[in-house]
Amino acid sequence: MTKTVADRANPESVPALLAQNVARVGDKPAYREKEFGIWQSWTWAETAREIEAVALGLLNLGVAEGDFVAVIGRNRPYLYWAMVAAQSVGAVPVPLYQDASAEEMAYVMDHCGARFAVVADQEQVDKLIEVQERLHQLEHIIYVDPRGLRKYDHARLHQFSHVQNQGRAADEEFRPELERRRAKLGYDDTCVMLYTSGTTGKPKGVVLSNRNIIETAKASAEFDGLRHDEEILAYLPMAWVGDFIFSVGQAYWCGFCVNCPESPDTMMTDLREIGPTYYFAPPRIFETQLTTVMIRMEDAGRIKKWLFDHFMAHARRVGPAILDGETVGAWDRLKYALGSALVYGPLKNVLGMSRIRVGYTAGEAIGPEIFDFYRSLGINLKQLYGQTEASVFITQQPDGEVRSDTVGVPSPGVEVEVRENGEVYYRSPGVFVEYYKNPDSTADTKDPDGWVATGDAGFFEPDTGHLRIIDRAKDVAKMADGSLFAPKYVENKLKFFPNILEAVVFGAGRDRCCAFVNIDLNAVGNWAERNNIAYASYQELAGHPQVLEMIQEHVEEVNRSIARDEMLSACQIHRFLVLHKELDADDGELTRTRKVRRKVIGEKFEDLVTALYDGSQSVYTETAVTYEDGRTGKIKATLEIRDAAVVPVEAPAKAAAE
Amino acid sequence: MSAENLVTRADLAETVHESTHEGGGDRGPGHVTEDGRKIGGVVMEMKNITLRFGGVTAIKDISFDIREGEIRAIIGPNGAGKSSMLNVISGFYVPQEGEVWFRGAKRPPMKPYQVARQGIARTFQNIALFDGMSVLDNVMTGRLTQMQQGILAQALWKGPAEREEVENREKAEKIIDFLEIQHIRKTPVSRLPYGLKKRVELARALVSEPTILLLDEPMAGMNVEEKEDMCRFVLDVNDEFGTTIALIEHDMGVVMDLSDRVVVMDYGRKIGDGTPDDVRNNQEVIDAYLGVSHD
Repeated sequence: MTKTVADRANPESVPALLAQNVARVGDKPAYREKEFGIWQSWTWAETAREIEAVALGLLNLGVAEGDFVAVIGRNRPYLYWAMVAAQSVGAVPVPLYQDASAEEMAYVMDHCGARFAVVADQEQVDKLIEVQERLHQLEHIIYVDPRGLRKYDHARLHQFSHVQNQGRAADEEFRPELERRRAKLGYDDTCVMLYTSGTTGKPKGVVLSNRNIIETAKASAEFDGLRHDEEILAYLPMAWVGDFIFSVGQAYWCGFCVNCPESPDTMMTDLREIGPTYYFAPPRIFETQLTTVMIRMEDAGRIKKWLFDHFMAHARRVGPAILDGETVGAWDRLKYALGSALVYGPLKNVLGMSRIRVGYTAGEAIGPEIFDFYRSLGINLKQLYGQTEASVFITQQPDGEVRSDTVGVPSPGVEVEVRENGEVYYRSPGVFVEYYKNPDSTADTKDPDGWVATGDAGFFEPDTGHLRIIDRAKDVAKMADGSLFAPKYVENKLKFFPNILEAVVFGAGRDRCCAFVNIDLNAVGNWAERNNIAYASYQELAGHPQVLEMIQEHVEEVNRSIARDEMLSACQIHRFLVLHKELDADDGELTRTRKVRRKVIGEKFEDLVTALYDGSQSVYTETAVTYEDGRTGKIKATLEIRDAAVVPVEAPAKAAAE
Repeated sequence: MSAENLVTRADLAETVHESTHEGGGDRGPGHVTEDGRKIGGVVMEMKNITLRFGGVTAIKDISFDIREGEIRAIIGPNGAGKSSMLNVISGFYVPQEGEVWFRGAKRPPMKPYQVARQGIARTFQNIALFDGMSVLDNVMTGRLTQMQQGILAQALWKGPAEREEVENREKAEKIIDFLEIQHIRKTPVSRLPYGLKKRVELARALVSEPTILLLDEPMAGMNVEEKEDMCRFVLDVNDEFGTTIALIEHDMGVVMDLSDRVVVMDYGRKIGDGTPDDVRNNQEVIDAYLGVSHD
């Protein structure tokens, strides 16, 4: 492994890709960040100089090869530089979730034994100081934003810009060492370590090599024809593998520009100003955007509303077909063009999606209505299926073969097979090296031939060759009568209603399915406003009889839809209740990536589950909650339990509950 | 809101109160607090202020001082004369008796805008923003006292006028960033919720780079979360810009946590003056708040 940085034909590390970009597109923007109301930008050449200064500064602080450098904060160019700088000196960046509590952070920091942490601001510094007693290996903390930190003890605390200045000043002293370490980096060296969000148990550190990241970035960039002039908005957590692949892997491979929002709250405005050409968002973001549009249209004038409804109906009919390049009549095309000028164009502009060439959604299933809404506007939104362990890509949808209920065909270079038990396995150049300090889990997940179990149950559709995912393999269970129980499938159908934010379905080993429902405060709140329904709190709104009535209609509609699916018709929901609190990651009910922790919820709300099954009409409950600042409190509520009508399937003779 | 919810300087400075200032509200000037802030000499002094409205005496013979870099609270039950006192400082009311000393010189009676030019900015109890204007425009109006160019030059918007606007915009943006209101930069103020309006008002006061900031009930009508945010901002302002802050507040938890020294008023009289701890243990203050009959 004595590849030099100048070896452009085959860069084997991210710093090598950086050098290649300086030579290739050095004067093109690499990073932009909105600050003080203006988009500040850095070209690739400037970026390389900034990263070099950080790298020299890290050497000055004594970073050794193989050290772990934790990176904590929202997406900012400085933190991306810190990651590449860490790589440049042979260290391993470990991005962490910025909203993690000090406790969660302590576990991860201790597990990898990070000696250095590069963090965004006072909030993160405070968290690390809170748990520093337990982090014996942590030596230095580097912060970006000095606000509020001036009076802290600076023995082990350094400002990012000072580290850079010291690095620049020590250029002569450390450059040979930097060159030496950078030149040594090869395909088998660790590129990054990412902690899985941990739906089950403690987070695991997924070690990804340069080969994993670069090969994956290359293959996926070629799949969608990504170029150096793409614009992306980096707003998803830096600790999440997707952000690393898009904002580092693909960005450095292609040489395109990563734009960082001004603050989390300005995301939508920034999206609109940048107009990304390549966009990734979890279904939740698309849902929220659609909900916002729909709420605003409800408040619009009659003519505008009519125009919107009329043309959207037309778009739904012919839009996806036009996008897929199918034959569409001249009259329909003409009307679609008119719609583009009057409705679709302005709407896309408001959404910040005017320039999107390729858009992806993944992580969860997306509602067909939501998916079709965006596609009918002419936005090339596709789905992909991936995992941290795969460096994201397992399957993805090629242009022209996009459907809402499949996740596409295997990505280039990825082999996928479905084994007898229905679980999906894959093997690819992106397959992770190991779980850090956890050989047992590594062996459980990855067999000696390199095949990795996804933990998801699915099947290939015979006629199209597309993969369909049903549920988490371990969540798929049998009900008391032996019929198949796939909770996520049902929950997703429920969540497709804008009024329902989250749902948890129970039924494994039981005779029938019951569900918890979380209302979406935005959508239901707006509905309440329009219907003159007064409410003082989330809890009161969630328990309002009319809200329950509305949710009941949704549940019954879902039941009708499930009844049509032969395999899963037993999963219809017999009884449900609307939860008095929003499920929250701070209370351990969701993961940081907002996935439902089924077991935790089942245990925590055991009284409610019992009430669902014992036939009671209402139940009194007390729930402990954690507020944003870490305090805890209690919520008390009496919840009404409702029976939902189910469609009889197997035994049509039995009287329906309707 | 309970006092311990706020991570504030009161926690950090506790040792100072205990070890070096037992029993005495009068700390010497030029000392440094436990958390490293410098408290300078007296920057403003009220000497025997009496303010009457016809037959009603709002303020009776009150004297106190404000030191450079400190957070000074004025508290008291409703109708105690707190807002009147703030209006005397800001120049809106001219007291019938007594003197206001600013930076070692007696201040002649002056108009509020003249006071503002001296570097004293304020926020209002019931928000006084320009409703139809955007947050950014509202904040920019805070720069008005600093503007040099005439109306005509600004209308033409060339040369020095343009440069001046760019400078002012930069200052405004720094404050917007500081108070974390970037997401509402272009939103008309009338569409904002109450808590945010308060923050915009603070931004407008701050952008004039005041040496003394007067806050009239900055937390009134806020929920717990908004109050905590506002406390944080008040502390940060004091810390980052070294701004001297005089504030009126009802929330005792907030006052005790935030301020270095507290003046207590009741029925226009001063009944207490000292550190939060002194004031907390002052019998007259306790009576005023618990409502002992006044005969």
